[in-house]
Amino acid sequence: MPALNTSSLPDLIFTLLFFFMMVTSMREVTLKVEFRPPQGTELEKLEKKNLVTFIYVGKPTKDLRKQFGSDSRIQLNDQFAEVREIQDYITQERASMSEADQPQMTVSLKIDKDTKMGIVTDIKQALRQAYALKINYSAAKEVD
Amino acid sequence: MAKGKRSVPDINSSSTADIAFLLLIFFLLTTSMDTDRGLARRLPPPPEKDAKVDDEVTVKERNVLQILLNKNDQLMCNGEQITVKELRERAKEFIANPTDDPNMPEKHPKNIPGLGDVMVTDKHVISLQNDRGTTYSEYIKVQNELVAAYNELRDELSQEKWGKNYSELDESRQEAVRDFYPQRISEAEPKNYGDKK
Repeated sequence: MPALNTSSLPDLIFTLLFFFMMVTSMREVTLKVEFRPPQGTELEKLEKKNLVTFIYVGKPTKDLRKQFGSDSRIQLNDQFAEVREIQDYITQERASMSEADQPQMTVSLKIDKDTKMGIVTDIKQALRQAYALKINYSAAKEVD
Repeated sequence: MAKGKRSVPDINSSSTADIAFLLLIFFLLTTSMDTDRGLARRLPPPPEKDAKVDDEVTVKERNVLQILLNKNDQLMCNGEQITVKELRERAKEFIANPTDDPNMPEKHPKNIPGLGDVMVTDKHVISLQNDRGTTYSEYIKVQNELVAAYNELRDELSQEKWGKNYSELDESRQEAVRDFYPQRISEAEPKNYGDKK
């Protein structure tokens, strides 16, 4: 019985690999805060990922809690930040986009469901000051 | 060294598949395929610096649905305490004003391409106000109910006119329906009801 010719197997696998590289996106940041999305039913998909800026809010993860306490914190990129830093961050992110894309910029707020609204309101005010008016409250589809 | 033909041995390539597999698995683990979903909102532009505190734009009282969410996650709608489940019906009734109630938003004629001359309530405002101590998930629930109310009304109108849901209509008809039921949720400036900051 002739052996099965496997010389094209690597090519097959590479095709798979490229497929996955195309359809997925790299996890860009390591989460330093706990993020459990709130649930909703009327959600819209977030499109054009390259136009989206993320802001994470939540309690620091377990191993960081000793250092940073258990109050809700804001995470921009890879570090904790204060509300006043948001405006600079948005300006910076906007500058890195092409001019045509700038009005389309969306800010996705990934806020833990147990967060108090105080900090959320502060962020919203900061975003208004930075003219980042398109926002998206990240949420998960409700499971019945 | 003896000169002559020497055959170069083939590189054994039987393990390339395994290498490719390793790469594949690496990418599968480090990437995420989940699509982000969420409630899309538009914030109002920042108030002008030199403008006085004249931001209380005069809106007639009948045109406003006042929703308050306090720090114990209790919901108040136009002065009555209600549950989140009741909110959707309340909002729908308020937005559509089917009985032309004088306490509900005023209707006035408007010409919408595709729908003709219709009576719309596009002056209504849903004002959502929350405390600094409100839980975020509760806030999202309320927002979700309000969006649901709009979506249901839009679906009802689409069904009545064209026998289809709003999402199945083409772009120009969707715009007409949007004109009929514009989404007007105002997230008012936060107030601090005696809660420590």
